Amino acid sequence: MPPRSLSVLVIDENTLRAAIIDAGLREAGHEHVTVVHDVNGIAQRIAEVEPDVIVIDLENPNRDMLENMFNLSRAVKRPIAMFVDQSDQRAIEAAVDAGVSAYVVDGLRQERVKPIVDMAITRFNAYSKLARELEEAKSALENRKLVDRAKGILMRSKGISEEEAYTLLRRAAMNQNRKISEIAQSLILASGLLDE
Amino acid sequence: MSEHHITAGFLPLTDSAILVAAREKGFAAAEGVDLTLVRESSWASIRDRIAVGHFEVAHMLAPMPIAANLRLTPMRLDLIAPLALGLGGNAVTVSNALWQAMERTGAKGPDNPAAVGIALRNVIEDRRGRGSDRLRFGVVHPHSGHNFELRYWLAACGIDPERDVDITVVPPPLTADAMAAGRIDGFCVGEPWNSVAVAAGHARIATVKAAIWRSSPEKVLGVRADWAAAHSETLARLLRALYRAAAWCGQAENHEEMAVILSAEAYLGQPAKLLLGALDGRLETGNGIHRFADFFLPVEKAATFPWQSHALWFYSQMVRWGQVPHGEANAEKARASFRPDIYRTALGPLGAALPSASMKVEGALKAPTPVGATSGRLILGPDGFFDGAVFDPTELDSYIAGQRSAGTGD
Repeated sequence: MPPRSLSVLVIDENTLRAAIIDAGLREAGHEHVTVVHDVNGIAQRIAEVEPDVIVIDLENPNRDMLENMFNLSRAVKRPIAMFVDQSDQRAIEAAVDAGVSAYVVDGLRQERVKPIVDMAITRFNAYSKLARELEEAKSALENRKLVDRAKGILMRSKGISEEEAYTLLRRAAMNQNRKISEIAQSLILASGLLDE
Repeated sequence: MSEHHITAGFLPLTDSAILVAAREKGFAAAEGVDLTLVRESSWASIRDRIAVGHFEVAHMLAPMPIAANLRLTPMRLDLIAPLALGLGGNAVTVSNALWQAMERTGAKGPDNPAAVGIALRNVIEDRRGRGSDRLRFGVVHPHSGHNFELRYWLAACGIDPERDVDITVVPPPLTADAMAAGRIDGFCVGEPWNSVAVAAGHARIATVKAAIWRSSPEKVLGVRADWAAAHSETLARLLRALYRAAAWCGQAENHEEMAVILSAEAYLGQPAKLLLGALDGRLETGNGIHRFADFFLPVEKAATFPWQSHALWFYSQMVRWGQVPHGEANAEKARASFRPDIYRTALGPLGAALPSASMKVEGALKAPTPVGATSGRLILGPDGFFDGAVFDPTELDSYIAGQRSAGTGD
């Protein structure tokens, strides 16, 4: 008889990231995945779900509370360790680097748990990359808006065309070795001060 | 460029002041140390990041290195504490409703932990008679001065911390919210989080660590043992910088500047006015400003010295509350977690008055007393426990045997 599939509890206040991990685990064939966003009442949930593996955001401020709860559960013979094999330093480093921490019921075989922890690490990294890209896209959009506004100011004040205004901004950026969006921002700021 | 780079993790607490001052006031730079400080959100995160080498050192609860070396934590990690980050700095704060009930049964000022504790016991007995829920107290970590001093105080006042109350773990920045939401009735936490709860109108300071056990240990500089062994010179530079920073923090005329530095978003992100109270030892209790003797000592009374008797007292409390079984090997691991030898070697060149002994009898000094020092004049004490008990580290077995332990309820 194959061993029953492991019960995985994902605790993450970030609902999007939690969904990404949840989806990854399900795609990998894990049926018993529970996602919790709010740690209030978590003791009850842990009792219900009886997780074999708990995955949590490293930066969650409630980790000390959760670890204390796991420690107390030692009394009922359910000790939980960061990883099955504590000597697996590389795996621990990869997890901490990715910003994820994992707790595993002691006694589980490494090969059963490692794919779950690896999946969490991969998905955490994927989420961080996504968040970074979103941030970059947002700032690219904002930069374009800044340049458009600066062009408008130059066109009005100097009575020049849009193309000439852009050329002026670009030249200033090159001469000062700064980004065109920074030049635009300075111009908008200066123009705002002069208008007051 | 400096060759000595150190990254230190810290939690947003007033007793991170010595680390922050070492960076912000140039004491680290003067020792050639490029000190980076990273704010963390839990002690677990500090532990994990020091374990994988993100941090070489960190602001730590004094019992944390002991717990790590005793393998009580879910990560294999050897830590040492070569310097303490001051004495005192905590308070026990209760909700307004609980304080009112305690006042009716005799609680008065926060200077008298015995009277406050007896009032609390009366409230607990009254609630039991009426079939009310057990009171819930928050502490920041099971291996913390907060947990041990709260339990010590309760037990000495005839309250069984295991049966008469529920003790739960709440992260320091969430204590005020947890109280406002009614999830806890009281907590023992470091500043500024007592003052934050009082300022928000939720709570009263019932008593303080300095009244439960005067001149008692709280945070240490936790250092990864393998890093310390391989970088003794860099560590010595950091210890000298921290000692000088502590001396700066200890001067009353610098408290305001320190409060302003700590108030920055990267550090505590709380109003400087709320931070100043702990530095000055003058706290708003919810019933006016109260002056506490030795509330937080950054440097005086050998406040940065890593007393091995402090390590053993914490160990005795770990045994008392069932965290670890007592045995000679365990006691030795606990004692050796604190490293006065490294402290003396590093600080020797400063010519400061350092204790000659590595252990002392805790609770023995009723008044400020000159003690043996490597050079100059060193004053220790008073250092009494509020119940008059004395901890002699050379009589560890009998002290442990004499403690009322977990679950015995006698």
